Amino acid sequence: MSNAATSNGKRKYVPKRNWAGTIAYILLAAYLLYVLTLFDINLQRMYVGIDRGAEFIGRMMPPNFERYALLIEGMLESLQIAVIATTVGVILSLPVGFLAARNLMPAWVTWPARAIIVACRSFHPVIVAILFVKAVGFGALAGSMALVVASIGFISKLFAEAIEEISLKQIEAIRATGAPFSSVITYGVLPQVMGRFIGFISYQLDSNLRNSTMVGIVGAGGIGGTLFAAFQRFDYDFVSAILISIIAVIMVAEGVNNIMRKLYR
Amino acid sequence: MNQQTLDNPTFLEKKNWTRFTPLERTSRFLFYVVTLAAIVVSMQTIEIIPEFLIDAPEQFADMFNRMWPPDVSYYPDSIHDAMLETIHIATLGTLIAIIMAIPVGVMVAENVTQNKLLNWIARFILVSSRSINSLVWALLFVAILGPGPLAGAFAIAFRSVGFIGKLFGEALEESHKGPIEALHTTGAPWFSIMTMGYWPQVLPTFWSIVLFRWDINLRESAVLGLVGAGGIGVALSTALELFFWDRVCMVLLSMLAVVAIVELLVTQIRKRIL
Repeated sequence: MSNAATSNGKRKYVPKRNWAGTIAYILLAAYLLYVLTLFDINLQRMYVGIDRGAEFIGRMMPPNFERYALLIEGMLESLQIAVIATTVGVILSLPVGFLAARNLMPAWVTWPARAIIVACRSFHPVIVAILFVKAVGFGALAGSMALVVASIGFISKLFAEAIEEISLKQIEAIRATGAPFSSVITYGVLPQVMGRFIGFISYQLDSNLRNSTMVGIVGAGGIGGTLFAAFQRFDYDFVSAILISIIAVIMVAEGVNNIMRKLYR
Repeated sequence: MNQQTLDNPTFLEKKNWTRFTPLERTSRFLFYVVTLAAIVVSMQTIEIIPEFLIDAPEQFADMFNRMWPPDVSYYPDSIHDAMLETIHIATLGTLIAIIMAIPVGVMVAENVTQNKLLNWIARFILVSSRSINSLVWALLFVAILGPGPLAGAFAIAFRSVGFIGKLFGEALEESHKGPIEALHTTGAPWFSIMTMGYWPQVLPTFWSIVLFRWDINLRESAVLGLVGAGGIGVALSTALELFFWDRVCMVLLSMLAVVAIVELLVTQIRKRIL
């Protein structure tokens, strides 16, 4: 493909062809064609789809904020879920992250801690939410617990990695004074990772907020349930109102996050 | 205190070193208060039914009892095809996303596109793509295209554009100016500068971004079936609605296996290309 760039000048530069790369591109293109036939995509279907899409957007268009009470109630519940899940998740992921750091702990401690992290990360929050809905019933509690699991997986992993990257000189210096283990942690480890830890928390709060608007689809509380119900009743103007509010809340949250990062730089 | 060197008695006081300015301290304090208030208010107002909470361990035990042993025969019956469909959805979605993300990424990079309006349009596209969860995109595309894997692939694609486009744009902005200027002085047209100047520089980053997103998409496309957008989620929701917990367990186990295999694969490919 880089041949196309050579001009018709006298000296022609022919770059060396990367055969492995070329074969990979051809395989990708072949795969694309295969999947397109598999999913039965053709021009006629696309044409109908565009038509229906236009009609769909037309029905969404004046967003209907009449049922704002329902909207605000769901949104507040989503915010609650996000705040609680982040708080509990941070409290629980601090010890898990410490135990998973290979430079502080022996192998028989890090392995179980790492297993917890992998277990928390392996499923999508919505699937975890399904299991919690079965265990604790419909409502915000199930959603919060599902997002706590997701937060533990994410924060402890990054926290453990951050601890593994710290400089050992300061720890050695504190150990040399005869300080006990708890002082090594508070004066040697924590000051080095605290700034990054705040960053992880703010990222996770953002991510929990996005997911807390979704877990309602499986009945775990928040605006997601309202959204799903509106979709099923074909109230597309209410759907667009909910979507606009979600985007607005997420943008405000991003602004707050930026302020938080500036404060704790 | 040596009075000769310190004529001014407030001199020493002023030298007192503090880590933060008063403004920083006040705003931090306010931030703590706001955070604490948010947590307390959420804790107090969240709707928790105590009977359900007390019941939870029993319910969990019941769930795991019903889940074990997993129904292995469900795998050849329904899971295998659905799992392949999930992989196709994730891959096709990522490929469509690449096609859409490259122009947007070029548009958002301020050193490549020196037009503030285009930059802002591209940034708006990226932000709105990322703000809407893939499940919502799936709901939208199921309404437009009808239920099925195609809706799922489009949902994945529209969600990934924001991610790939943003990181691709950042990679373009970080590329070295040297080769670009050299190409400029030869009078190369814009397209040649793109393919010969920028593209070779961002190529490894680009593919590692795409691989990373593909990995995420595989996990995400597993839940799209809950809203009717095809893939393993359909098998999962069917099993859930019929309360066949042993089948649910089998679905979850096969998801776990696929995620683990893909993670190994991605690590290997990443080692090769970087």
